[in-house]
Amino acid sequence: MSEPTALRISDDLLRPLLRTSWRFYVLVAFLGSIVLMGLGSWFYQMYRGFGITGINNPVYWAFYITNFVFWIGISHAGTLISAILRLANAGWRRPVTRCAEVITVFALMIGALFPIIHLGRPWLFFWLIPYPNHRGIWPNFRSPLVWDFFAITTYLVGSLLFLFLPMIPDFALVRDKSTGLRRKIYGALALGWRGTTKQWNRLETAMQIMAIAIIPVAVSVHTIVSFDFSMAPVPMWHSTVFGPYFVAGAIFSGIAGLIVAMATLRKFLHLEDYLHPVHFQNLGKLLLLMSLLWTYFVFAERLTIWYGNEPSEMAVFWVTQRGSFAPLFWTMVICNFVLPFPILAIKKLRTIGGCVVASSGVLVGMWLERFLIVVPSLGHKYLPYSWGVYSPRPVEIMITISTFAAMTLLYVLFAKFVPIISIWELKAGGHPSPALIPPATAEHALGEAYP
Amino acid sequence: MTACHAENNIPTVGADQAARGRAMHWIRVERYWEGEFPDVRLKFRPVMCQQCDAAPCEPVCPTYASHHTAEGLNAQVYNRCIGTRYCANACPYNVRFFDFFHPSWDKPLHLQLNPDVSLREVGVMEKCTFCVQRISGAKIQAKAEKRELKDGEIKPACVQSCPAKALVFGDLNDAESDVSRLSRSPRGSKLLEDVGTLPKVTYLERQTQV
Repeated sequence: MSEPTALRISDDLLRPLLRTSWRFYVLVAFLGSIVLMGLGSWFYQMYRGFGITGINNPVYWAFYITNFVFWIGISHAGTLISAILRLANAGWRRPVTRCAEVITVFALMIGALFPIIHLGRPWLFFWLIPYPNHRGIWPNFRSPLVWDFFAITTYLVGSLLFLFLPMIPDFALVRDKSTGLRRKIYGALALGWRGTTKQWNRLETAMQIMAIAIIPVAVSVHTIVSFDFSMAPVPMWHSTVFGPYFVAGAIFSGIAGLIVAMATLRKFLHLEDYLHPVHFQNLGKLLLLMSLLWTYFVFAERLTIWYGNEPSEMAVFWVTQRGSFAPLFWTMVICNFVLPFPILAIKKLRTIGGCVVASSGVLVGMWLERFLIVVPSLGHKYLPYSWGVYSPRPVEIMITISTFAAMTLLYVLFAKFVPIISIWELKAGGHPSPALIPPATAEHALGEAYP
Repeated sequence: MTACHAENNIPTVGADQAARGRAMHWIRVERYWEGEFPDVRLKFRPVMCQQCDAAPCEPVCPTYASHHTAEGLNAQVYNRCIGTRYCANACPYNVRFFDFFHPSWDKPLHLQLNPDVSLREVGVMEKCTFCVQRISGAKIQAKAEKRELKDGEIKPACVQSCPAKALVFGDLNDAESDVSRLSRSPRGSKLLEDVGTLPKVTYLERQTQV
């Protein structure tokens, strides 16, 4: 494998932007039609009423809230991981950061839609927003749903900035390499970037500030999502462990999502020279760590409840452990621990393919985890007289599928219009004496044919 | 239950929807069997909104649709509800009901709607109000006649229609009222008291002869 020179980096990474094959259009049309079907289902649900979903009394939250928590969890891939890797000055992060950060932005956009989709009267969602109005009514600041609104908005704005800042020099590069309308658009996006020392200095400073600021925001977002549950006196929701448990789960599923996205990019955009096995190995180690942490949290949560032996909680405990939800529960344990643990712990198995298998399992497992938090508790609240069961209806399944298509579609479009690997950061990593950016560690320097 | 439906314009959802757990009964009668066969005894427990003093449904509502009135009722403002259904999840008694479809009534029930009670739109939460329209009505009547409200003057539909007079309604702040006296009874207990919701409804245990 030859070491890509600066010129080759530009050529390789700009190729997807400048050349388009017919397969791109087929893919976009396919994904777009699924997204449209999802939108159609949502409008049909608004038109007919919420009753066409499987929601009932007492299971008032189900698939939509599961998806909400899941997607907000996936969003922790990006910004958080990339911020940590930036602050830790890990040289191998350079080709990884942007594909991670963009997952955050899109997953947040999709996740934030779900609280609106799940409303009984979604056309009034703006009542959650504090705005001056003639009624003189503010939202209820005691409600965790209002905290959600603030947390997600803050995180979305922060992630957008964090994504956009390091794209500026790359936009300038595209501007300089293109003509016509494309030159004008990228010129506007580049915000007058000329690559002066002053501009580089400012960019680096801004990136440092954002990297530090985004970490507490990311942790708070999923803590607040967990508060949606733990603030209500519902058996097995009302738990002190939920905050860190949700954050750990979020980072866990986020890394899994990132690994799958990176492997897909590597294959279809031919980025073998940029995304090396070492990247997957390092992310695989992170995933292993989070798998262990997640298992520890589940164990700690379940064991304390079992010993506490509180009747209303034990009802939920047994229905997930041995009852009707047991198949889902044990599938979750297999997907999140039994399957990924050996793959990621044994060096021989921690290949790109192995990491993808483990990550796919984790994505399934983490979706199930969210479902198992939401539904069994609601179906088994205090009074056995009003216990209930839930099964999803086509509209919920359709909307769920369409969000996965929406994520892929947004990702494909993004990779079409923006270099998915940060060009200037790669070049800086390979530069012999970069004055501003600390060099990559020798071991993981760019282009090294690491097995 | 029928009186409650008639008084409060509660929609009839039909058999299919009821089978899917969408039946709307602001008051329901839970049946519990005690003892082993053949020595069993049936117990009835009417469960409606307990009008908790520390109601879990209130702080979680983002729009104040579920809020506490000065009189201590858990009011539900239908127009303000956007249908997050968070209140129903937080409620330990499962006495909050969601309008899954536009409300409808089996004919000819649609001809007997109560003009004093607002109809609910699709996608909002509704629940027992202790017949707040009767409370307001009686207060206005008393004010017009320049007198105080008498104990027992206000009767919610369930209290009025119970042939066994098993339900009593009144002012808990008035230490002399029937309901205050009965709620202090040693036979009294609250439903799910250990959840800490401070419910206002007191259930009286049957007196057994020893």
